[in-house]
Amino acid sequence: MTKPEGRHPAARPNSALPRHYRVMRRIRSFEERVGELFVRGQSAGSMLHLSIGEESAAAGVCAAMEGGDTFTTHHRGHGIFLARGADPARMMAEIGGKEAGYCHGKGGSMHIADMGLGHLGANAIVGGGIAAVVGAGLAARHFGSGRISAAFFGDGATGQGILYESMNMAALWRLPCLFVCINNQYGMGTRIDQATANPRLHERALAFGLAGETVDGLDVEAVAEAAARLVAGARRGQPAFLAVDCYRFYGHARKDKSPYRDTAEEEAGRRKDPVAHARALLLQRGLAAETDLAALDSEIDAEMDAAIDFTIAQKEPPLSSMFRDVYAPEEPEPEPVRARIDRVLARD
Amino acid sequence: MALQELTYRDALRQALINAMRENPDVVIIGEEVGRYGGAYAVTKDLIKEFGAERVIDTPISEPAIVGAAVGAAMAGLRPVAELMYVDFIGMTMDQLGNQAAKIRYMFGGQIGVPMVLRTQGGTGRSAGAQHSQSLEAYVMHTPGLRLAMPATVADAYHLLRQALTRPDPVVFIEHKALYTMKETVDLDVPPLPWGRSAVRRTGKDLVIVTYSRQLHHVMDAAGKLAAEGIEATVIDLRTLNPLDFEPIREHVERVGRAMVVSEGAMTAGVAAELSARISEECFDFLEDPVVRVAGEDIPISVSPTLEAGSVPGVRLIADTARRMVSGRVAA
Repeated sequence: MTKPEGRHPAARPNSALPRHYRVMRRIRSFEERVGELFVRGQSAGSMLHLSIGEESAAAGVCAAMEGGDTFTTHHRGHGIFLARGADPARMMAEIGGKEAGYCHGKGGSMHIADMGLGHLGANAIVGGGIAAVVGAGLAARHFGSGRISAAFFGDGATGQGILYESMNMAALWRLPCLFVCINNQYGMGTRIDQATANPRLHERALAFGLAGETVDGLDVEAVAEAAARLVAGARRGQPAFLAVDCYRFYGHARKDKSPYRDTAEEEAGRRKDPVAHARALLLQRGLAAETDLAALDSEIDAEMDAAIDFTIAQKEPPLSSMFRDVYAPEEPEPEPVRARIDRVLARD
Repeated sequence: MALQELTYRDALRQALINAMRENPDVVIIGEEVGRYGGAYAVTKDLIKEFGAERVIDTPISEPAIVGAAVGAAMAGLRPVAELMYVDFIGMTMDQLGNQAAKIRYMFGGQIGVPMVLRTQGGTGRSAGAQHSQSLEAYVMHTPGLRLAMPATVADAYHLLRQALTRPDPVVFIEHKALYTMKETVDLDVPPLPWGRSAVRRTGKDLVIVTYSRQLHHVMDAAGKLAAEGIEATVIDLRTLNPLDFEPIREHVERVGRAMVVSEGAMTAGVAAELSARISEECFDFLEDPVVRVAGEDIPISVSPTLEAGSVPGVRLIADTARRMVSGRVAA
């Protein structure tokens, strides 16, 4: 792991840090504001999983990806989607179950997707989106597109067999795939050391013949460097696994007060704050002044406030849309139960 | 092309070959599909013509086979995933039921998953409890999945060709006891459209609705019954989703009696759904209760005697028809 304090402050003249910081700051603000939808009774979903404390994984890895690359995420994937270019207003609207959302209110937080940005879908099944990147990798090879496909998932998914099936296939077929494990130390309420005897997760990937690294998520530059290296390898047919160590600042979901971990651990964990760390480095290296950062805060807060206002102003999808998109648009829609009952009871 | 004698297996294989020749994006993904040629030889020698990058041998990893097909379909390929036995569908049910079936809907219609999952099921080879089941109800109970179950050589060919043009995921369940069945067919004769049932026989006394291998038991029984003066209408569903209900309604309303024959376990199965629908929708026309002739609610044994006893056969179907029509019971 890289220790940021050991690095000379002026070591990177053409630093990407301001860009990474901006991405992370937007994610932090989005995640804080999305909770407001709950408070204001405007969130449709009862399930909301925040990625606060994990922003470096999204910002660092996505910085290494290119337009046309595809990805899937887990249920804690808002930050990744934002880092790949999502519009926070349409995201927020989807989380609010509104017609204007990315999936017209049918997906919500855990099933958000956008084919235009290469987002093959968030997933509410732990590990459920991982195998799709193997298929996307096969397609990239078949079409010679030069694209990679990245699966983002949590440490909880390392308990699922399909991860190992998928990594094995990717290595066997030398597919342009990246497996990104955002190790926030918790699968719901179970800490990683309560779920495995060997928490050095990248070693598993090495066993299958993938490239594998673990990086400290406090340091977004270290994440970005590792990701750039591994993505370049994946593009040449050397699939890879990257574990990003971080800490899930808050509970598993909105109403989880984390009774399974003690306050001292939480306080220590929250000191591993990649956003605050990057902010301090920007100031330390003279890449930004306090006034610049304050202006950025205001700009981003205004953007996220506007996303909330947009969401609240949007309509819910019409009830008639319920039967749409079960099958392709040219196919008949399923017959509503009420219509079937009417037909049965309307006999002579 | 003229008339030719083909097996069910040959027809399936020819459908794959023709589809792969026409569309370079059709790929096959599965266990033993390449060098081995398929556990039931449906993909025999395809790797020689199309190469290992289109006929892809996989590790024994059913969940990831289906998952990879989902991703490949989303990324522009036309994958045919092969599940060696339908009994393994439980291994894949997350990728099939939670991913393939729901992606179009969850994502608001942005994208479909045009994949085919080929598999085979049913009894007839003394293959035991984990290799002989009829699990089509699992699929039929999952909105978003299409389901085809061919009973004839011509349908094996045409339904597989049509499945490979459908915009949504199709589960295609072959019957292991039919692979060696031969028929003389002309594959150039235009097939019925996708989603239509076929009336295999018309008679005035009762309607028997069935699909897959049970069609042949039903037709044998109908032949015996005809010799006794009982005339059955036989409807072969061909696809269970879409379900072509109108011909069933039309014939049941004309005849007034209906039997449903399925190899799957009776309780909460395909026959139960069909029986409920016929009872609800044709209530005023029925002279008797709709009768299900289905698999016993037990696992399948290796013993050929117990195996055959676990699923409908010609005699049970014919006896049931006699009792429905005239109260006569076979000696």
